[in-house]
Amino acid sequence: MDQLLQHALNATILGGTYALLGIGLTMIFGIMKIVNFTHGELYTFGAYMMFFFVMVLGTNFFLGLVMAIALGLLLGALIELALLRPLRDADIDTTMLVMIGAWIALQNTQQFTWTGIAKSINTPFPLDPLVIGSVSVSWSRVFVFVVAIMMIIGTHMLIHHTRLGKAMRATFQDRDTAALMGVKINRIYTATFALGSGLAAAAGALLAPIFVVYPTMGDAVAAKSFAIVILGGLGNFWGAAIGGFILAFAEEFGAGYISSGYRDAMGFILIILILIFRPTGLFAQRERIG
Amino acid sequence: MNRWSKLATVLIGAASLIAGSAAAEDTVRIGVNQPLTGAVAASGNYVTDGARIAADLINASGGILGKPVELIIEDNKSNPKDAVAAAEKLIVKDEVPVMMGAWSSTYTLAVMPKLMEYGVPMVVETSSSGKITVSGNPWVFRISPTSEMEAIAFGQKLGQFKIEKANFLVVNNDWGRGAADEFTAMLKGNGIDVGVIETMDAKATDLSAQIASIKAAGGDTLFVTTGVEQLTLALRQFKEQRLDAQVITTGGSSSPDQLIEQAGAAAEDSLHILFFAPWFPEKAPHPEIAQGFVKEWNDRGLNFAGLTEGFRGFDGIMTIKAAIESANSLEPKAIRDALWGVQVQGINGDISFIKQGPEGQESGQNQPNIYLVTIKDGKVASAE
Repeated sequence: MDQLLQHALNATILGGTYALLGIGLTMIFGIMKIVNFTHGELYTFGAYMMFFFVMVLGTNFFLGLVMAIALGLLLGALIELALLRPLRDADIDTTMLVMIGAWIALQNTQQFTWTGIAKSINTPFPLDPLVIGSVSVSWSRVFVFVVAIMMIIGTHMLIHHTRLGKAMRATFQDRDTAALMGVKINRIYTATFALGSGLAAAAGALLAPIFVVYPTMGDAVAAKSFAIVILGGLGNFWGAAIGGFILAFAEEFGAGYISSGYRDAMGFILIILILIFRPTGLFAQRERIG
Repeated sequence: MNRWSKLATVLIGAASLIAGSAAAEDTVRIGVNQPLTGAVAASGNYVTDGARIAADLINASGGILGKPVELIIEDNKSNPKDAVAAAEKLIVKDEVPVMMGAWSSTYTLAVMPKLMEYGVPMVVETSSSGKITVSGNPWVFRISPTSEMEAIAFGQKLGQFKIEKANFLVVNNDWGRGAADEFTAMLKGNGIDVGVIETMDAKATDLSAQIASIKAAGGDTLFVTTGVEQLTLALRQFKEQRLDAQVITTGGSSSPDQLIEQAGAAAEDSLHILFFAPWFPEKAPHPEIAQGFVKEWNDRGLNFAGLTEGFRGFDGIMTIKAAIESANSLEPKAIRDALWGVQVQGINGDISFIKQGPEGQESGQNQPNIYLVTIKDGKVASAE
């Protein structure tokens, strides 16, 4: 029973960051119809920025986190302006190839800048874990979970209760009609890509102090983000959030009770099973992004 | 310009090209195939630094066969596919007569068919899977111990530790699974109970599921086999989940100083099986060599934590040097034949090769020494 509770707690905590990663990716797909192959690299970028601020410059941990997320937003906006805007009306293959190129270029830049040796980030949280009955969890993971949930709710509020969010939803439903109604499509695209990128960078910056930072850390994350988005239904906000938790539970319980060697496979096996019965994902029938 | 003068021009051009390539052969090229980026990059970079120190030392004392040594270093990117590509490039394009590599057992096993295909010997400096030297590949010469040797050597020191029930957390590859098998056999042979063997992908960062299972299995000791990056994560997460077993790392790649720096208090009291203890070079079988290496490493401003890996690169290149000098040739087969007779005074100890594997197709295996260290009060201490 203790083991079951510990697995459930671990999966819940992990699910928070998976959901954050999935939402960033699904927003960009839903609104812009772009498969963002740089998602994992923005996660890595957030992690390295966290390292840069906290360990190199000695910035306060929480300020470093805010700065890392802000720079993630900025990098996302730059990618949209420099690479995606000129390709607005190009076919999906061209955009995909450019994004794959950007992924490789970003990863190599990070490797060149920071070398291949892993970096570690100190946290202000105590090393002794938070103990609840028979289970325990580190304070840094609790912090990550709380911030992730706050960001998910914040993003939801932004999409549903702000003018920008309304414009985003309008663009998602019909780009041309939204443009005729006075929505500045270019701005919406830049804002959406920046926001999605910011969420990926936030996940990287949050998890970097728990794990270690290295240039290829985004690869596995990118694969998982795609899985989460497909699981939840492409473009579906809550689908991605719930998909993140489903993947975390599948991995945690699969590794705990079936075989730890196939931990990553467990999530993907579940996704294959779900897609056999619901080829558009779990929640694709409902309204996307809203 | 008539036809003859054109021909003469072509011939002169060709001659200068040949002269150019002959000039390129005025060095002794040694291929180095290491993970310089990716999941186990720290270790690969340290091994390469050790190799560079050996090459510089050799060149400072006149080179090999009167020629300077040139290391051709290739990055295998911490994956077997790129390890094979690196080996092929070193053999075909750079035409190296001998190589050192490829750190992980999985990368080394992937490269081995290429050694057979092209007939080029490789000195294996780190890999420990038993399969490497028993699969009938006569081009492989390993200076690092097999997991079996490590387990037996540790078994002789078992009396120092109170182990009643042990669990394993190992990286899911030839190295990790091989270590789990050999240590399990050794422990069971000594009447010690073995609980669960949990595996983790080399790139896995979240080990919570494995740790929960290990906790549930009970036990007083946990053997961990993986690279230093993942080990850092494992130690931190043991602390988070209150796993209070005695942690013993195998494989010699734990870089305790890096653990102290990156895992902090979570590394306290962990025990590490190493093949070089740079904190006490005077205890090495050849103290003057070990002390000289440590001094040179420090003089270069390299990370002290890397010495436990760096020595492998040094010993590997010194072994290759001895073989080329003994062969008095840069022919791969002559170097291979000479490797059987080398007697090298290395940092780990005396290096020579015994035969392992099927008759007529034997691989070379060295019998290295092991050291046990522990982390106490944020410092490395001898555990013997």
